Amino acid sequence: MNVNYTAEELAFRDEVRAFLKSELPADIAAKVKLGKHMSKQDHERWQQILVKRGWYAPGWPVELGGTTWGPVEKHIFDEECSAFGAPRTVPFGVNMVAPVIIKFGTQQQIDHYLPRILSGEDWWCQGYSEPGAGSDLASLKTRAVRDGDHYVVNGQKTWTTLGQHANMIFCLVRTDPEAQQQRGISFLLIDMKSPGISVRPIITLDGDHEVNEVFFDNVRVPVENLVGEENQGWTCAKYLLTHERTGLAGIGSSKAVLAHLKRIAMKEVCDGKPMLEDPLFRAQVAEVEMQLMAIEMSTLRILAAAKEGGVPGAESSILKVKGTEIRQAITHLLRKVIGPYALPFLEEEMQLGYDGELLHADYSASLAGDYFNMRKLSIFGGSNEIQKNIVSKMILEL
Amino acid sequence: MDFKLTEEQQMLQDTAARLVRDAYPFEQREKFSESELGFSAEFWGQLGELGLTAVPFSEDIGGFGGGGVETMLVMTELGRGLTLEPYLQSVIYGGGLLNQLGGDAQKEDLLPQVAAGSLQLAVAFDEPQSHYNLHDVQAKAEAVDGGYRLSGRKAVVIGGHSAGKIIVSARTSGDSRDETGISLFLIDPNAQGVSRRVYPTIDGRKGCDLFLDNVQVGADALLGEIGNALPAMRYQQGRAIAAQCADALGSMDEACKLTLDYLKTRKQFGVPIGKFQVLQHRMVDMQTELEQATSMAILAATFADGEDNDERSRIIAAAKYICARAARKVAEEAIQLHGGIGMTWEYNLAHHAKRLVMIAHQFGDDDHHLKAYAKLMQVA
Ligand SMILES: Cc1cc2nc3c(=O)[nH]c(=O)nc-3n(C[C@H](O)[C@H](O)[C@H](O)COP(=O)(O)OP(=O)(O)OC[C@H]3O[C@@H](n4cnc5c(N)ncnc54)[C@H](O)[C@@H]3O)c2cc1C
Repeated sequence: MNVNYTAEELAFRDEVRAFLKSELPADIAAKVKLGKHMSKQDHERWQQILVKRGWYAPGWPVELGGTTWGPVEKHIFDEECSAFGAPRTVPFGVNMVAPVIIKFGTQQQIDHYLPRILSGEDWWCQGYSEPGAGSDLASLKTRAVRDGDHYVVNGQKTWTTLGQHANMIFCLVRTDPEAQQQRGISFLLIDMKSPGISVRPIITLDGDHEVNEVFFDNVRVPVENLVGEENQGWTCAKYLLTHERTGLAGIGSSKAVLAHLKRIAMKEVCDGKPMLEDPLFRAQVAEVEMQLMAIEMSTLRILAAAKEGGVPGAESSILKVKGTEIRQAITHLLRKVIGPYALPFLEEEMQLGYDGELLHADYSASLAGDYFNMRKLSIFGGSNEIQKNIVSKMILEL
Repeated sequence: MDFKLTEEQQMLQDTAARLVRDAYPFEQREKFSESELGFSAEFWGQLGELGLTAVPFSEDIGGFGGGGVETMLVMTELGRGLTLEPYLQSVIYGGGLLNQLGGDAQKEDLLPQVAAGSLQLAVAFDEPQSHYNLHDVQAKAEAVDGGYRLSGRKAVVIGGHSAGKIIVSARTSGDSRDETGISLFLIDPNAQGVSRRVYPTIDGRKGCDLFLDNVQVGADALLGEIGNALPAMRYQQGRAIAAQCADALGSMDEACKLTLDYLKTRKQFGVPIGKFQVLQHRMVDMQTELEQATSMAILAATFADGEDNDERSRIIAAAKYICARAARKVAEEAIQLHGGIGMTWEYNLAHHAKRLVMIAHQFGDDDHHLKAYAKLMQVA
């Protein structure tokens, strides 16, 4: 047994580091490190740099613009990106819809959509959830009725992350209302500019606009935008969810945020000493660091098993639950470090490019909001309760 | 032992509850929060008219002569409605300091106004480096001809944007973090040399940082003895903490009710989600936290106006610790059990959650009070 990276893996890590050092724009990294919100342009700029290097879509087949990386390389890449302050890739196009199109789509769909994802021409969002269908996704009601060579779509999606930037949405729609729940669902690609679509912002408790409601009123969608077979969309949905969940443990970003926590806990003082030297506080930081160490090992174990040919199955649910709990624990400690300065709600200081006078330190304005925003981690991508149901059923067979 | 309310106390509670219910539906609260004042002048006026701003003051100045239990009852209802008015700051904390330390002239002049609600006080003790330690004071007050000259910075003064007078702590002698040499001054926020950076707080209120740049005050601005303010600051913060626990209690109770209601109505997989045992147990955990917090809020209330001794300090620290932990737990669980809905600005639960988590950032978090308790804990 050898728990260290191999020589090749280490060489790969150095390559990634060298790339990030020279190519990651400093202004973008600064925003990420201070928890400021990314603009659409920031994402696009970074995307183009990655695309140029051939590293934007590591999971795709090489001939389509992907890499030959295995799970461990992907993990190393994610971790280094987080450590350097690279923005998280918006997953909906490259990591969600693309694998589904590659696996279930027609050649035409592959040829049309994949290059547009790489070029940034298409910004995708995910239309799964509905007001009545959250954890119980299969109870979704949005209807698609065949009319000649179109589907006519009616219904509502909700919690659509970054839908305000998107021009394309992939949706689960009900094509056969008679069929049992999971049957009769189809996977449709819909142009957001189609007549009959409207998008309404949902403001989250931290005051941010990140999610939206999307309404469909007699929206006509060409039949060629169906992925896979009609009524077999659940297969696509499930395939996508396993892809979605593996990345949700967020170990790279937890490590980066923990490093940030330590940095600011050396700056903030309590009774004349850095917070990090307060034994009680220090013990809490140590506790979360050990948890993170363990989840990283668990991730590597699970990934290594996947590398041998297995696919991380229900194990990824364990990673998601624990990984998100750790991330939430770190944001809790971050908020505590700044004491009463968690209270001010300084929208202007959270804006991109704010260069006015700071109330406290440059890192403080966003910390409380972040803590509240990160409550989402245990809700979306299949809530942590649902993940535990999966583990108990699939692994423990309870 | 008797946990029942007297008839008078019951009436007080009913009055506060009715007032909050009528004046503070959630949509209204949002409007108040977004207004320049940051709360409702009208509601504040009603609190005054009904005598609620006079609850803790003695009868000879038009007060109600209430103690910790009476203020607890009012604060719980104010917390239930997530109200924004500076009741705790002005009536309990500021009023308490003035009452304890004020000279005859100061009291005669100001206390009746505070009791009537016509004057609002704010308390400015935190500093950017103090991290909840009241003795960590760097702001300075120098004796000058006819008074004092103040310089320094005060952090996150809740209600400081609208207060008519602000009570600030400043060092008249000693080094930073000495327990002696701290004095209190009543300053006029519009005086020369005072500036404020006003901001909303994440839980919907308003506050400010206060910058004192050679602010000249008269000798009559000194509140209490020179250099010896710390015991009173600690004592009155204890009263404020007891009141804050009650505030959190009202909010926690509301958050639990909203969540319970949601578990009964939200259907997934064909059943109300409250049918899932894992959610039932978590709701039970929330309720248990609420019970624990209720007990400690009551205990703190009954000691709040008591003798200044180690037992009182210990109980206040314990109450803050238990309530802050319970509040965070209830907030996080309530959001989680609501799913996405719990995270939306439109829904009042999210604002309860913010208020509940923020209880830790005012008057000391759970770590601060755990350490305080550990120091005072009896070992035999
Ligand atoms: C910030 C954010 C971004 C999101 N982005 C997207 C997006 O881009 N696209 C998209 O389609 N969706 C998105 N979602 C939706 C997300 O996937 C859902 O919120 C999630 O599936 C939970 O559904 P719900 O909110 O309806 O909660 P519900 O399903 O109503 O759940 C409420 C509570 O009940 C629990 N529960 C439900 N069923 C069970 C059970 N069987 N056993 C035990 N507990 C149970 C849940 O865990 C939760 O605690 C997003 C959500 C958020 C908050």
